[in-house]
Amino acid sequence: MELRRYILRRAVTAVVVFLIILTFNFIIFRTIPGDPIRTLFQDPRISPEDMAALRHNFGLDKPLFDQYLIYMKNSLTGDLGKSFSYYGSPVSDIVFQRLENTLILVGSASVLSLFMGVGIGVVAAWRRNTGTDIGLLGGSLFLYSMPTFWLGMLMLFLLTGHVPSGGMYTPGMDYPNVFAQFVDLMRHLLVPMVVLTLVLFGQYVMIVRSSLIDVLSEDYIVTANAKGLADRNVLRHHAVPNAMLPLVTITAINLSFIVGGAIQTETVFSWPGVGRLMYDALLTRDYPILQGSFLIVAAVVLVANFLADITYAFLDPRVKVK
Amino acid sequence: MSGGPQRSATGTSGYSRRREALARQRTRLWKTLKLLRGSKMGLIGLAILIVFMLIALVTPLVIKFDKNAFSTNYFAPPSKEHWLGTDDVGRDVFAELMYGSRISLLVGITASAISVLIGGAIGIFAGFYGRYTDEGLMRFTDIFLVIPQLPFMMLIAALAGPSLINIIVVIGVLSWPSTARIVRSLVISIKERTFIERARAIGSSEAHIIRKHILPNTIPLMFANTVLIIAVAILTESTLAFLGLGDPLVISWGSMLHYAFVSLAMTNGAWWYFVPPGFCIAFVVLGFTFFGYAMDEILNPKLRRR
Repeated sequence: MELRRYILRRAVTAVVVFLIILTFNFIIFRTIPGDPIRTLFQDPRISPEDMAALRHNFGLDKPLFDQYLIYMKNSLTGDLGKSFSYYGSPVSDIVFQRLENTLILVGSASVLSLFMGVGIGVVAAWRRNTGTDIGLLGGSLFLYSMPTFWLGMLMLFLLTGHVPSGGMYTPGMDYPNVFAQFVDLMRHLLVPMVVLTLVLFGQYVMIVRSSLIDVLSEDYIVTANAKGLADRNVLRHHAVPNAMLPLVTITAINLSFIVGGAIQTETVFSWPGVGRLMYDALLTRDYPILQGSFLIVAAVVLVANFLADITYAFLDPRVKVK
Repeated sequence: MSGGPQRSATGTSGYSRRREALARQRTRLWKTLKLLRGSKMGLIGLAILIVFMLIALVTPLVIKFDKNAFSTNYFAPPSKEHWLGTDDVGRDVFAELMYGSRISLLVGITASAISVLIGGAIGIFAGFYGRYTDEGLMRFTDIFLVIPQLPFMMLIAALAGPSLINIIVVIGVLSWPSTARIVRSLVISIKERTFIERARAIGSSEAHIIRKHILPNTIPLMFANTVLIIAVAILTESTLAFLGLGDPLVISWGSMLHYAFVSLAMTNGAWWYFVPPGFCIAFVVLGFTFFGYAMDEILNPKLRRR
């Protein structure tokens, strides 16, 4: 019962936050200088009558509050407007197409970085304050300090000619079967995935390390040691499972970081995801695409956050007490 | 922070009281520096920072550079007259690199100053007043915490237009949530201490308590936090500049990397154009991170136990 109320409260919070983000988005676009009609139709020859007609067509002559209601209704029913480029296709169609590609990259890199981060973090905590620990921690911090896009550029430079330099598939390829297509995808995915993994895993190392060091000083670990359990056993069955909890909680902060990393990696490797879409939209000043991508990414992050909160409640019974 | 409760001033005149407070600050600073000497990480960080600060200060006196002096000698490899070769429009990469340090540090420091002012104020008010103020301010903070930062910054920076001031404001206004939370929890613990109770008992106003008792005790932690935020702000600036949102009139490490990327320096083999700026960013960020973590460990009573 308690759990159900907790989930409900989290869900309501997520929805409210999303409505606030939507409102932010509305306000931002109305506070910038410049006439949207002039921006859209960059033609000085438009007559005042045509301007007024266009304004009426776009509903810009309505009171601000009515505009807000229309905007909210449209956004919530999935109508995010039309792109300035891409032949005026609906924004939501374009972004959702790209979202799948982003999830392939982000998903694979997240899983890989999680395994790497946990593995290295456990080793560092087990050998804390030794040369191994300092080396691993220093290395992770250095990777964390590197600009993601720069790491990508370095990889491009070093691997020019050995791997595909960008994109998701070889252009113009005719695949004999699905397997060949999959192999081609993997060849293209490899380097961007490695770059994103290298940037992401440093944080996991630091969190797992400090959390495990905390857990290792708990009484039940001392008890386990006193019972004569092997170190490996204590670590695997008693310490590590409990040290994993903070990994779930930090998703809130980490998701924003993952999104940032994905945008940069996609940009450098021309990976056709939402990040590259945003970069291209920046170059062409395609505002509907920019704001549509932002809204959809924000929604995905909110949902992921919500799922992380629930997972945490299931994993850690102490949450319910609050 | 010296840890234990603050001793009350024994001096009678305002002057001697102030002098005593100053002396106390000085011993506190001295203690901090002594502790820093024991932290290898902190010292390495500080050394990196001093080197880059010196570069930023000395560069305009030593190196002459005209950013509009284009030449046909583009993508020239490193040589005697161009230590780090030339860029895509024939300018000296070494000079650009040295001047870039000024922009990165300027943006990093000013943006995090803005961010700490906002975060500090929100943290202090939420922590001190509690109840609905706390609830309201913290929910507000949570919203900023979950909004994906880079896409949001891209959106605002694109709308506001590319200028150095806009970049600084965008980074500053969106980086404060973590500061607000840290300061809030510190203020909550300070609030319960006896010297606050004493101040209340003798009839100090809330404004006075915040100014004279709460604020001074949060400053060390805010300092450590600022240093850590500078690192993030420098990375963010370079990312925004790389994405083409930087001020086209100034040269920063991020904008160098932007032009290196769009002129395809990677596939043209012009490593001297894009390797050095990235290294500089990584080292400065590492310097601030090392120094910030060391300061945090020294100044944050929660962490000092370890």
